[in-house]
Parts: sequence; structure tokens; C-alpha cells
Amino acid sequence: MSSAQATRKMGSLKAQKRFGMAWRLAVAFLAIVFSLFPVVLIFSTSINPVSEVTVTKLIPDNATLNNYRRMLGDPQFPFPLWVWNSIKVSGITSLLVVALTSLAAFSFSRFRFRLRQPLLRTVLLVQVFPNILAVTALFLILLNLGRIYPQLGLNTHAGLILVYLGGAMGFNTWLMKGFFDTIPRELDEAAYIDGASSWYTFTRVIFPLVRPILAVIFILTFIGTYGDYLLARVLLTDKSQYTVAVGLSLFIGEQYSQRWNLFAAGALMAALPTLILFYLIQNQLQSGLTVGAVKG
Amino acid sequence: MATASQAVKKSSAGLQWGGTTSSIVLRLVFVALFDAFAIFTGWQLIQGGVAPLAAVIWLIALGITIVFLRNDAMPLRWIMPGLAFMVLMHIYPVLFTVYTAFTNYSDGHLIPKPVAIQQIEKQTYLPADAKTFAWKVYSGPNDTFALWLTGQDGEQVFKTSTGEKYTAEDLKEQDVQFAEDGSPVAVGEFTPVPANQRFAILPKLQPLSFGPEEEAVRITSPTAAAQVRQKFVYDPVQDAMINQETGVVYANQRGTFTSPEGEALIPGFPVVVGLENFTRLLTSPALRGPLFTIFAWTVIFAFMSVLITFVLGLLLALVLNEPDLPLRRFTRVLMIVPYAIPAFISVLIWKGMFNPVIGIIGSQWDPGWFSSPFWAKVGILIVQLWLGYPYMFLITTGALQSIPGDLYEAAKVDGASGWQQFRSITLPLLLVAVGPLLIGSFAFNFNNFTIIQLYNNGGPPIPGTPTPAGYTDILISYTFKLAFGGGRGADLGLAAAISIVIFVIVGAITIFNFRYTGMLEEVSENV
Repeated sequence: MSSAQATRKMGSLKAQKRFGMAWRLAVAFLAIVFSLFPVVLIFSTSINPVSEVTVTKLIPDNATLNNYRRMLGDPQFPFPLWVWNSIKVSGITSLLVVALTSLAAFSFSRFRFRLRQPLLRTVLLVQVFPNILAVTALFLILLNLGRIYPQLGLNTHAGLILVYLGGAMGFNTWLMKGFFDTIPRELDEAAYIDGASSWYTFTRVIFPLVRPILAVIFILTFIGTYGDYLLARVLLTDKSQYTVAVGLSLFIGEQYSQRWNLFAAGALMAALPTLILFYLIQNQLQSGLTVGAVKG
Repeated sequence: MATASQAVKKSSAGLQWGGTTSSIVLRLVFVALFDAFAIFTGWQLIQGGVAPLAAVIWLIALGITIVFLRNDAMPLRWIMPGLAFMVLMHIYPVLFTVYTAFTNYSDGHLIPKPVAIQQIEKQTYLPADAKTFAWKVYSGPNDTFALWLTGQDGEQVFKTSTGEKYTAEDLKEQDVQFAEDGSPVAVGEFTPVPANQRFAILPKLQPLSFGPEEEAVRITSPTAAAQVRQKFVYDPVQDAMINQETGVVYANQRGTFTSPEGEALIPGFPVVVGLENFTRLLTSPALRGPLFTIFAWTVIFAFMSVLITFVLGLLLALVLNEPDLPLRRFTRVLMIVPYAIPAFISVLIWKGMFNPVIGIIGSQWDPGWFSSPFWAKVGILIVQLWLGYPYMFLITTGALQSIPGDLYEAAKVDGASGWQQFRSITLPLLLVAVGPLLIGSFAFNFNNFTIIQLYNNGGPPIPGTPTPAGYTDILISYTFKLAFGGGRGADLGLAAAISIVIFVIVGAITIFNFRYTGMLEEVSENV
């Protein structure tokens, strides 16, 4: 094979490769259009002064931020309050979930005791029966607890958080225990030899090393809780107590077509918290760290 | 391993109580406080007629007491907090639901038996020889009322709807002023209602009884009131209500006190009815029809949701899994935006886009996105595709990258075509890696209430069914309608029976998945 021939062949290979890249890029472009089209449309609607279909212009005539202003200031829909309720409920739930599961995972990972296996199995198997199916029972529990402690009853955020904590263990403990197992035992052994208590070892030795998994569990729980519609819808009854998932769904009532642009502004703002959190952990999501995170 | 047993030994080898003095004191105080709280709460619950919940709370308290006082239970102390919530808010509600499925819990049978008896015993009747009075009405704060009663024998007494009673002498002692007709000018916050408003408030007065229960007075006409008697008394021996006026026995029939003539007393209470809810599901044609439609759609919905998102995600992963592709990271970040948006927002956005008036799709082309059974289902699957394919893209990309490249080299040497490589290497290895996630996704979508409920409330409705049911309803949204009423009354027993059907299906799928991934076996090996 002469060098000229080789060069020509390489040239055609390059061309082939370039063609290969071109159509791949075209597919990528189509996928991006599919993904972003509704989002762009919603953005365009949200800055439209009138509730209408905009097909031709990305930026409508007389673009305005009024819809955002109305959503943030209209007492008829306490939208900022709903978002705040959601952030509060999801934040507290996620913090408590991380606390409860990291304690349990530490014990499952580091101690050997008689009930360890049955308990680990139970925790996992309970997850098989989703507690949203028991929503009537949950409703009745809060109703009855509320008669004694009104601050824990129906229509309270504390009660809702209590219910969310019922699903805290399960996959989370499992995921976390797996991560704890990868931390070498020599570390805690060294601490014990120095006379440290288990609590000290957990808080000072292990805790700093497992921060990545704690962050992942926190964010996943936050996203999950923020997106819950069923439990929040059943257990909260007052407009002022609603989470944003329940509140925004009010917009799909009969006046929907007049409020379409308002809804759009609200939807974009409501999506923001989880959008940010999601992009913080997207690499962990891909590495399959998160068996419990299902969607679609 | 050594660490753990050492740690346990170390603590039990020293002091009998283990740990420092302050930690022992702390534990004792915590257990004492928690138990006090649990005992009080449980007691209150029993008073309210909810003994099972009280039992659960006491069980949790017992567990906490044992675990925090016994030294050898130290490892359990770490697990107990999470476990307590799991028992209270997951295991107990699930067991309660199972129990409910075997009862007739429904509208009219909602409150516990003792409470129902109390309510029925509040009913009164007017005996023939009743003491009658002339009355004058007073109104107090918060819609309370009082009567100034003058009996035929000249007895004068003031009775309130809050159950209080004052004789004329009592009032005089309290320095109450009396008007010319002998009635008080005002008693505390109660002031006379002008005569011309008497008829207007009559409907409000009629259901009320005035004064202490044993000598309660009710209004019988615009001018007269009479002392009434308790109408029903519960007889625990016969488990029946006895009408004091007529002597008729109302026996407990399936949670309703019923007379021999079939007259039923309201309210009833839930009782165990055995397999009735399940047999109704299977045999009642009116229930079976929609249930079968709904069940079929639930399976199709969950399966199609996984299939279409997986196929699109995989295709894109195959195309874009090219290390030299320009802007690879950028592409990915933009493509997965739908996955980062909460599902409840995504479905509302698409609902808007399909809207026949304002929707960018619906206003141009509307085959019945919400009104046609078929196209509503298509619409839901389009939403599912949009919000779900980025997840599949992410996990298949991850799995593709983990397939060793030399397998393809070997296949090329053997002269395998691209399609053969895909079918014999990529797909099998990929399915091993993402199979459990696909099954998990199926189980999740089986109960994907948010999408169904927010898209169209399960509609369009299936005509002619005794229970509210829609063509796009899946089992859980149907259950929700049964339990929380679609205007046709709540039937919690039936809803719970369907929940159990879902439990069994989803449970079987998930346990199969655990087996498949060896998750449970891992527990046994990992000692």
C-alpha cells in the first residue's frame, strides 16, 4: 500500500466519521428540541400579557413580567406560601430521613447482633407494600392524633412530615448501608482502641466520610417529597397549608384558559428548587447509585 | 466484624449499666419521658374509641423502653427511631387497610361502635305525659341559645343550649334584673330575642335541647316547649337498641341497629363482613366490568410507559454514546431537563398544551385528548414518554459504558454485523444491568397516581357504572375515588379490597425483582 493510497483511505475514513458525527448531532438536536419545546413554550407563555396560544413568536408582543409579579403578590392564590410550605416540609422531612437512616445504616453496617438479618430484610420487604395505598388509614391516624394534639393532626405540616417519615427506611437504609460498608473498618477500630465511644466514632470518624451519600439521599428525598401529590392532597385541607403540588393543581379548574399565562409563571418558579438540586447529583444518578429513584 | 463484637463486649464487660453515668441518666430520662407521653396518648385514644392505634403506640413505647434499658440491645438503639416511624406510619396503616378490606367501612359505617351508640342515645322523644312550658328565647355568643320557661304549675326556669340550668331563685341571687312580665332582662351574655324574630330562628332552635341531659327540654311548637326523654337505650346483652317509647328492639345487623320491620338507626358502625368485598368485586357485574377495564389499562399503562421510554432512551444512548461527539455534555444537560422537572408540573404543562382552546397542540389538532377514551390514553403516554425517557437515557448510557469493548472486537473478528452485535452482546448485557430498574419503573408506574389524577381525573368517565370510574383510571386512582368519594359516597371497605389486590401484584413484582438482583440473598451472605 503506497503512502498516497493510505492517506486517501484515511481521508475517506475521516469523511465517513464526520458524516457519522453529523447525523448523531442531528439526532441529539431533535432530542433537545423534544425535551425543551414544552419548557420554552411555558417560558414564552409566562411572559405573555394575555392568555393565548403563541406559535409564531418566542418572545410575545409586549412581553412582561406581570404574571410573575401577580403569582408572587396575588392574595387569591398564596403561591409564595405554597412554595415555602413545600420547601419547609420537604427540607425538614429530608433532614430527618437522613438522620434516621444514617443511624440505622451505621448499626447495620458496623454491629453484629441477633436481629440484624431479619430486621434488614423486614425494612426492605415493608417497602414492597407502598404506604400510599393505605392513605385512608393514614388519614384516620392523623384525624385521631389531631384530637389529642391538634398540631399533629390533619391539615398540619407536622402531621404530613410524620407520615412521610413512615417511608424513610427501606431503600434509603439499604443504599446507605452499602456505602457505609465501603468505609474500611480499620478506621473505627483505631478509634475504639483510642477509647472512643460508638457515638463518637459515628459522628467524628464515619460521618465526615459518608457525606456524599448523605447528600444524595437528602436530595432524592427532597425531590420525592416536593413532588408528592397524593398524600399532600388528602392530608392537607386548607388553601394556606397546601404544598405547591396541591396548590398548582387548583389552576387546572374551569378558569384554566384564562389563567394559562399565570400558571406558566408559577410552574417555572415551582420547578426551580428541584431543578437545581437535580443537577447537583446528576452524575450519581447515572452511576446507578440510586436504585430507589424511579421516574417514568 | 471484630470491631463490632469488641465494641459490644467492651460496653457490657465494664459497668453493669454500660456507658458513662451521664449517658445512663440521659437514657433513663428519655425513656421515662417517652413512656409518659405514650401512656397519656394511648389512654386518650382509648377514650376516643381507637384502641388499635393506642396498642401500636404502646408497642412502640415498649420497644423503646427495652432497647434503651438493656445493654445487649445497644445496636438496636440506632435503628429504633426509624423503626418506630415505620411501624406507626407504614406497617400499621397497611395492616389496618388489610383489616378494612374485610369490613363494611363506608359512608354510614364510619365511626366506632361506642361512638355510634353514644350518638343514637342522644335522640329524645316526647312522652305523652310530658311536662310542658311556655317559652321565651335568648341568644348568646357563638350561636348558643337559652329558654326562659314557664310551666303550667308556675315553675320558672332558665335553661341554656350549653346544658346549664338556673331557677328563678338562682338568677335573683346573681342580681339579674327582671322585666315586667317576670322574665330576666339578660342573663350573662344571653339577651332576649325580639318577638318578631322568633319565627326566623325557629329552625335553629328545633334541633337543640336545653338544660342538663336528664331533664332536657325541646321546642315542640312556636309557643310551647316540653321536657323530653332519652329515646334509645343500648342493651349490651342483646347487643341491641331499645326504643323506650314503643319497646321495639333494634338488633345489630351488620353494623346497623335495625328493627324487625327493617327500620335502621343512623349512624351505623363498621363490622367485619368477611370476604364480601372481594366477592362483590368478582361477582357483581356492575363492579366487575369497570374493574376489568381498569385493571387491563393499569397493566398496559405501566408496561407501555416503561417500553416507550426505554426504547427512546436506548436509541438515543446508542446514537450519542460516542466519545468524540462534540458538545456531548452540553447535549446531555439540555436533554434531561424533563427529568429534573417535578412530574406534577410536567403533566400540568402538557395538559395545557393539549387544551382545545389555549393549547398549542389541542387548538390545532384535537382528536379528543380528554374526551376520547383512546386519545386520552395516548395523551397520557405522550406525557409519560416526555418525562420518562431522559431517565432511561441516563441509565442505559451508564450501562452501555460498562460493557467491555473487547467483546465487540471479538465479534468484529468473527465477522458479526452491527445488528448481530447489538442483539447478541449489547441488548442481553444491557438488560442484565438495567433489568431491575425497568421492573422498578414498572412497579412505580403501576401506582403512578399523580399523572393519571392530574391529567384528567381518570376521565372520560365510563358510563353506567355504580362506582365512579373513568377510562384512564388506574387501580390506585380508582381506589382513591372509592375511598374519598366521587360524589357517590365513600366505600372504604371496597377500596381497601382493591388496595390488597394492588399489594399482591406490586408485592409479587418487587419480590421477584429482589430475587432477580439477589438483594435479599445479599443480606444473608453479608454477615
